[in-house]
Amino acid sequence: MEATVLNLLASVLGSLWAPLWNLIKPVWPLIWTLAKIVLIMAPLLLSVAYLTFWERKVIGWMQVRIGPNRVGPWGLLQPIADGLKLFLKEVLFPTAADKKLFVLGPVMAIAPALALWAVIPFSPGWVLANIDAGVLYLLAVSSVGVYGIIVAGWASNSKYPFFGAMRASAQMISYEVSMGLALITVLMVSNSLNLTDIVMAQDKGRGAGMGLGFLSWNWLPLLPMFAVYLISGVAETNRAPFDVVEGESEIVAGHMVEYSGMAFAMFFLAEYANMILISAMTSIFFLGGWLSPIGFILDGFHWMAAKMTAILFFFLWIRATFPRYRYDQLMRLGWKVFVPLTLVWILVVGVWMMSPLTIWK
Amino acid sequence: MEFKTVLFYLFSTITVLAALRVITARNPVHAALFLVLAFFNVAGLWMLLQAEFLSLVLVMVYVGAVMVLFLFVVMMLDINIEQVRAGFWKNLPIGGLVGALLIAEMAAVLSGRYFGLASLPPQNMPANYSNTKELARVLYTDYAYPFEIASVILLVAIIVAVMLTLRRRKDNKAMHSSDQIAVKSKDRMRLVKMAPEVELPAAANKGEQA
Repeated sequence: MEATVLNLLASVLGSLWAPLWNLIKPVWPLIWTLAKIVLIMAPLLLSVAYLTFWERKVIGWMQVRIGPNRVGPWGLLQPIADGLKLFLKEVLFPTAADKKLFVLGPVMAIAPALALWAVIPFSPGWVLANIDAGVLYLLAVSSVGVYGIIVAGWASNSKYPFFGAMRASAQMISYEVSMGLALITVLMVSNSLNLTDIVMAQDKGRGAGMGLGFLSWNWLPLLPMFAVYLISGVAETNRAPFDVVEGESEIVAGHMVEYSGMAFAMFFLAEYANMILISAMTSIFFLGGWLSPIGFILDGFHWMAAKMTAILFFFLWIRATFPRYRYDQLMRLGWKVFVPLTLVWILVVGVWMMSPLTIWK
Repeated sequence: MEFKTVLFYLFSTITVLAALRVITARNPVHAALFLVLAFFNVAGLWMLLQAEFLSLVLVMVYVGAVMVLFLFVVMMLDINIEQVRAGFWKNLPIGGLVGALLIAEMAAVLSGRYFGLASLPPQNMPANYSNTKELARVLYTDYAYPFEIASVILLVAIIVAVMLTLRRRKDNKAMHSSDQIAVKSKDRMRLVKMAPEVELPAAANKGEQA
């Protein structure tokens, strides 16, 4: 891809290119990396904006309402208007708040949500950093995301944010455990920590040989883990029905109570960026990433986008469908159902891989 | 100067400053967050040493789990910092001694080259060398038994910690989800047959109001 871009630049600029290239050659890796970051971030932030719009529309339709339809054609400019409004609002600081940490909270929420995209491959070779320990990086950086909520909750120096922070730290740690354990089975069958390799490992097997690639993806042999991972993903992003951290009927809006304007918008951005990230991760780990389900259609980013869209729709669907979990039920599901289930399934997959019936060679 | 050296000085300076602030910060929450910062920068240093597995696990375990639980507890405490500082001069000699010992030991290890210890040569590995895979290979082959024994000891420690704090309280109002799911409507509400209510005569009604 890099060579193509360089060739394109050379042909467009013609004779101007040679002196220019001599000038920028020493810093070219930096320019190229920054260009890739922009290429990932700009569509991501746009999708975040339109995910909020789509969420309101979908939930509206499910509840036999119309949803936003006033700003622009079919309401399409609504997220832009919302963003502009939040941008122009004043950021209020409560008098008793710890000012520095109050500012740091939203930053710590959004930084990991964006940094995680560095290792996500969108197509073969379309990745910012193709590192060997990609899964470890994902687990490490995503576990940092909870600090945003904790710091914001504590720094607000107010009751409800504090409750939100307490709930967040307990919930995120509990579901990280089952998420990590579910991923271990994926690592076992794909024999790698590199995300590109994990996708390519799903392109082998009997189903892929018959032209029915979707039968070789990890979701089928690891079906219980797929369910655990997806549900833990919903809990990890604090989305309904696991949104006890915000729980507007109990603790108003949790850690976000005292925030306004852009500081509030940061939490919002982080939540939706995390949703998109979880859908990307689920499609990479369990749904074959950019692989095509049927042999004769080309692989490519369009498949990854389609899978991510389907999972995002699932997120919205369950939000419109289920009532919120009670806090003790939430903890019980995490520790007493998911953790034992994943531990048993690791053993099952281990025995399966060692037995003559193995489908992973 | 190589860019790696710049990074090293950046990470190590922040590590040292953050570590200093951990012990000098007046607010325990600030101290815990400075410790998080120190861990992060140490992870960066380990990454420079090509130990990517250790560095990512440091972030995952210490920053992602241990320090979150630390903060969880520290946030709820209302510590009077003056009271904590009262014993400073009394504890200084012991603390200073421990600190000096630590520094001496670290210095002895790090100045190995000066004392003629030429082991631990830093090796430059090819780009496709996976630190994680090598570590796993050693752990699960050469050191399989020590590794398993260590993990069993940890498991025992977990169970003991749970047992120590597990008390059956009599006033516990915890609900059992299985009982709740098994509830039938007739356990909660009983419909009874009774004669219909008869409206009182108008006079009696008026008298009551008066």
